[in-house]
Amino acid sequence: MKNLLFILLVSVVAFSCKKTDAPAPEPLPPATPAVDTTGTLNIDISHVVNNNPLLLSSTSYTNAHTDTFKVDLLKYYISNVQLITATGYTYTEAVSYYLVDHSNPSSLQLSIKKVPRANYNSVKFLIGIDSLHNVSGAQSGALDPANAMFWTWNSGYIMAKLEGTSNQSGDPTKKITFHLGGFYGTNSSVKTVYLTFPNAAIVSESHTPIVNTKAEIAQWFSNPNVINFATTYAVTTTNSSSKAIADNYASMFSITSVVN
Amino acid sequence: MRLVFTILLLSIISGCSVDPEIKPIIAADNIKEIIPDGWPTPYYNFSNNPLTPDGFILGRTLFYDPIFSSDNTISCGSCHQQFAAFANLAHDVSHGVNGLLGKRNTPALQNLNWNTSFAHDGGVTNLEFFPSVPITLPYEMNETINHVVLKISNSSKYKPLLIAAFGNDTVTSQRLFKALAQFTGTMYSFNSKYDQVKKGKDTYTPQEQIGYNLFVQKCATCHKEPLFSDYLFRNIGLSINPAYNDSGRAHITGNASDRFKFKTPSLRNIEKSAPYAHDGRYSSLTQLLSNHFTGTGGYAPTLDAQIQAGISLTTQEMNDIITFLNTLTDPTFLTDKRFSEN
Ligand code: HEC
Ligand code: HEC
Repeated sequence: MKNLLFILLVSVVAFSCKKTDAPAPEPLPPATPAVDTTGTLNIDISHVVNNNPLLLSSTSYTNAHTDTFKVDLLKYYISNVQLITATGYTYTEAVSYYLVDHSNPSSLQLSIKKVPRANYNSVKFLIGIDSLHNVSGAQSGALDPANAMFWTWNSGYIMAKLEGTSNQSGDPTKKITFHLGGFYGTNSSVKTVYLTFPNAAIVSESHTPIVNTKAEIAQWFSNPNVINFATTYAVTTTNSSSKAIADNYASMFSITSVVN
Repeated sequence: MRLVFTILLLSIISGCSVDPEIKPIIAADNIKEIIPDGWPTPYYNFSNNPLTPDGFILGRTLFYDPIFSSDNTISCGSCHQQFAAFANLAHDVSHGVNGLLGKRNTPALQNLNWNTSFAHDGGVTNLEFFPSVPITLPYEMNETINHVVLKISNSSKYKPLLIAAFGNDTVTSQRLFKALAQFTGTMYSFNSKYDQVKKGKDTYTPQEQIGYNLFVQKCATCHKEPLFSDYLFRNIGLSINPAYNDSGRAHITGNASDRFKFKTPSLRNIEKSAPYAHDGRYSSLTQLLSNHFTGTGGYAPTLDAQIQAGISLTTQEMNDIITFLNTLTDPTFLTDKRFSEN
């Protein structure tokens, strides 16, 4: 770890010391990514419900089962971000763990750093945390169990959490509670997302593209599995209900635009 | 070591009358990772948690500090007592804050690095994770990790300990959990009579020898030497306790085939860690052995094949086995000052 930090530091110093030529306004796609020059790519996430911006607690939405609901809390992990070029070159971010929390605006931008200069056409990531990091001991930062995204009694991260209320909820206090975890087996809540860009994201040391990404929260409850809040209102373990919702949220993301 | 020295020095400078016999902190300079001869490779090692005397001392201080509980009354050491091999003497199930009763018996803590999972149902996959369970259970310590981090950040007692262990006094849950793992992960017990006999430095009495032979024949497939556990989950036919209806391993996996299976416990220091079984239903070894293998009254569909086939023990054989089990008591471990509250 110390060695790694040292290497990282050295590379930061090395890169920042390098005098770069004046960047061309539209960098030409290099044949192979120039790993000696790196830049940043930002993934901006906006949460919507049935295409309307998500507002916590105040606004009522309707799910595919025509139950009405409000969202009080929305948190989930994105990890293991990879960026892929047309030629198939793949940049894998080294330490890649993001806790997206709707109530914390800064968490809605994933800033992918040290990306080798290239034109990227697609992105791949996990919703949730890879199995290794579910078992490899006490972690910090986004993975600190103090973030309340960790199951203590059945070790592992809660990959995604949505809490709110619904008049149709089977719960006596009308709550809906979805804590989706489990990192192995058929009911795993970890999902791989692969999204292609409408146009290439051009990354260079002087150019930080923004990938505008939409997360449709109604998708958690609609497709392919319609969730009925009267019967499915509290999912806090890994089972067939958590699988149904995780299979749904696997396709909640779409790219709305890539701004270079 | 530096820390011990500094504290000694400080106490000398400040002129308070420290009895030279009573050191403020018991040194742990000789704490190191150990794999006794002939033991398998441990499942947890310190490669991501470099073991140091100061890390161990921080871990020990935390272990005996009630700061982890919501009302600051209960420490890890309240439930895990050294003289009971860090089990809880005479408590069938755990007693937490406000006198609340838990659902499970407090197991002995020893040789934890060889455990492939923790808790009776194996729900916890890493030694470093374990403290988050008692801290957050409402009927154990009833705290939140955030609040514990805050309380420890505000405690002047921890500043020098943190600086010694980690170079600065920043408190994170990761640091607390790693320090605790340095303490719990070095609770090695490998100096029982059994170990001495294995090394050829001692011999069994005739009865112990008979007991050992019976043990190898009837018990050792599950209670596998030298750790006395295979770390697997098995239903040994205990009747279902209606007070808890604890489905054991199935609670974690959700699989019907795991219903009422529990982790095979190690039997080291078993003489000292009564009561026995996951809900502490047996107060003595005789009681346990007379009921352990009847296979009746339990949950039949997942009953272990070996128990189904039947393990018969005469009263004499039971006594012989218990005589052998007593050779697993390790007085060095039970009295090692490095593991004591001080
Ligand atoms: C209220 C009593 C109580 C307190 C306080 C307590 N424990 Fe425990 N401990 C238990 C019980 C009960 C179990 C078994 C849990 C289960 O099977 O679900 C256990 C299990 C363990 C285990 C797993 C052992 C194994 O073989 O699987 C470890 C490690 C442990 N405790 C460490 C700690 C630490 C560290 C602390 C302090 C942060 C602590 N305990 C506080 C009662 C307690
Ligand atoms: C089929 C596997 C198996 C066999 C064979 C077996 N045990 Fe066990 N033993 C277990 C399991 C599993 C438990 C835990 C049961 C529970 O907690 O409900 C256990 C619990 C115990 C305990 C209680 C330990 C504690 O800390 O609470 C003792 C003592 C014990 N066994 C002794 C023996 C002896 C002696 C024999 C041989 C005569 C034997 N066992 C044979 C699997 C086995």
